[in-house]
Amino acid sequence: MTVADSPTEGVVAATLRVEPADDGVCLRFGGDWLVKGSLPAIDDVRRRFTQTPSPSTVRFDTTALGRWDSGLVTRLIDLYRDAQAHSIRFDDGGLPEGARRLIALAFAVKPREGAARTQRKTPFLQKVGESAQGAWQSGVAFVTFVGEATLSIGRFATGRAKYLKSDVLQHIEEAGANALPIVSLISVLIGMIFAFVGVTQLRAFGAGIYTANLVAVAMIREMAPIMTAIIMAGRTGAAYAAEIGTMKVNEEIDALTTLGINPIDFLVTPRMLALVLMIPALTMYASLMGIIGGAIVGLAMIDASFQQYVQQTISAVKLGDLFTGLLMCVVFGALVALAGCQQGIACGTSAMAVGQATTRAVVMGIVLIVVSASLLTIIFINLGI
Amino acid sequence: MSQPVGNAEAHVEVRDLTMSYGDFVIQKNLNFTVRRGDIFIIMGGSGCGKSTLLKVMIGLKSPSVGDVNYEGEGFWAAEIARQEEMKRKFGTLFQSGALWSGMTLAENVALPLKQYTKLSASEIAELCAYKLALVGLAGFEDFYPSEISGGMKKRAGLARAMAMDPDILFFDEPSAGLDPISAKLLDDLILELRDSLGTTVVIVTHELASIFSIGNNAVFLDPVTKTQLATGDPKELRDHCPNFVVRNFLMRGVAEPANGV
Repeated sequence: MTVADSPTEGVVAATLRVEPADDGVCLRFGGDWLVKGSLPAIDDVRRRFTQTPSPSTVRFDTTALGRWDSGLVTRLIDLYRDAQAHSIRFDDGGLPEGARRLIALAFAVKPREGAARTQRKTPFLQKVGESAQGAWQSGVAFVTFVGEATLSIGRFATGRAKYLKSDVLQHIEEAGANALPIVSLISVLIGMIFAFVGVTQLRAFGAGIYTANLVAVAMIREMAPIMTAIIMAGRTGAAYAAEIGTMKVNEEIDALTTLGINPIDFLVTPRMLALVLMIPALTMYASLMGIIGGAIVGLAMIDASFQQYVQQTISAVKLGDLFTGLLMCVVFGALVALAGCQQGIACGTSAMAVGQATTRAVVMGIVLIVVSASLLTIIFINLGI
Repeated sequence: MSQPVGNAEAHVEVRDLTMSYGDFVIQKNLNFTVRRGDIFIIMGGSGCGKSTLLKVMIGLKSPSVGDVNYEGEGFWAAEIARQEEMKRKFGTLFQSGALWSGMTLAENVALPLKQYTKLSASEIAELCAYKLALVGLAGFEDFYPSEISGGMKKRAGLARAMAMDPDILFFDEPSAGLDPISAKLLDDLILELRDSLGTTVVIVTHELASIFSIGNNAVFLDPVTKTQLATGDPKELRDHCPNFVVRNFLMRGVAEPANGV
């Protein structure tokens, strides 16, 4: 029997004896030569090849050989290479027929020239340079993508873009109604936290009722737009990157292009419009939920009636606060959708690449939200809105 | 290495097997034997349940009735731990290769070796190089699956299937998506590996060229009656099978409905 039948049976220890023969050396194999067993080292044999006088032929005696598998063949291949390097004749007559054929098969196709890649160690400075270049290039790619998306919106507005209306409605449902539970939960809790902090600080001045102002202004101007946008980056931006990235892996995007359908028109614009349309609604909803959350804590902790609290809230908020909040959230929505879609389109062609694209979409989305929030707040303050 | 002969020992026995998705029966009352060293073809028209049968045989889907015996031991009757042990003797080449896209070819082949053996990193690297050389991919160790052609992906998938020196190799449509020359080369490779390793091979295919050039035993599944119509050597079945459907399939629809059905 030549091939391992039942790996669970007892394995006979493999042996290898090197004996001089009339025209070189003879290798006597004994026992079971299996991958899972511990096999004798062949270094002695290889050393024998380099000694002088070097053997002219290497022969094999496998009469005592038991079961064998790849463990034997890999070692024979090593010996074959060595023998060739030292111009020693490799007489495979004594080997089992299967092993002879496998060696022949392994050398049947020559390794392709230049196919093998040598792994070089990259110097530290080169790594720094490469990552800086990478950051610059991904910045350029994003700006280019923003340009393409803008052109695509132009085509959409003039009715020249190819897309499915049902897709748009589905994205609107996905980015709008389906996001309500998580937005409710986060906003109510944020409102409660704000109210709690406000009450404990303002009560010291006997100004506990101003908690209503704090919660309302903070939610409407900053917290609702930012928190909603961050939720959408984690929820919808990631989904966009994963969807489009998987389509890239499956060559679905190439399929669209061959049909003359611009993938930006078909995939990106409907998603971006859905998010930009839905995020103001979600933000207003989040503001309301936050104010309700704040009211629950406020009414429980300060000595004010429901009417008083409502009156205080209404008097605190100006229409301008609402507009700045809505303007901010529209910018955030566009940025989150762009980051998600751009990472999806730029995705590589492996499962791992989809994961990386999704991660990058979320990180990029959050960074863009926070940076643009800071810029917009400074602008609004300077304009006195 | 001995060529497979008619009375070689049974390696895989499918007994009274019925497969279904919920209440929908795919195939029922399947009974056939794969002998050690056979190149066994599972054939039949599209949608007859060939691939589902393969899934049942490699342990991905449980049958609703019956069992698959390996060397006399029922796979689906066995404990989960025993099933895992039995699965280690299988090697499977999936239709599109199913290589892990985030790993190089060498890493793909190395994964089962790293998981199930105590070999050193250099020994694993050597084994990977050998397995890739066997399928004609010497020197492609550091390539990613996305960087090689469809035919090369199949061969790399075969190298991974052979990583653990399996007793039995399963192929799902090995020649699908390959040009005739590449398909022929893959067939030759399967034949060569069976002859030198003595591995039993089970192939799902409907490529007549492959069926006749490498198969020496087969089962024919029929989507209409939802059971097997014939089992045996495909050339014998083509020339002498009493069932017209089987002969017609094996002669590309030009059989004479003379004798029998």
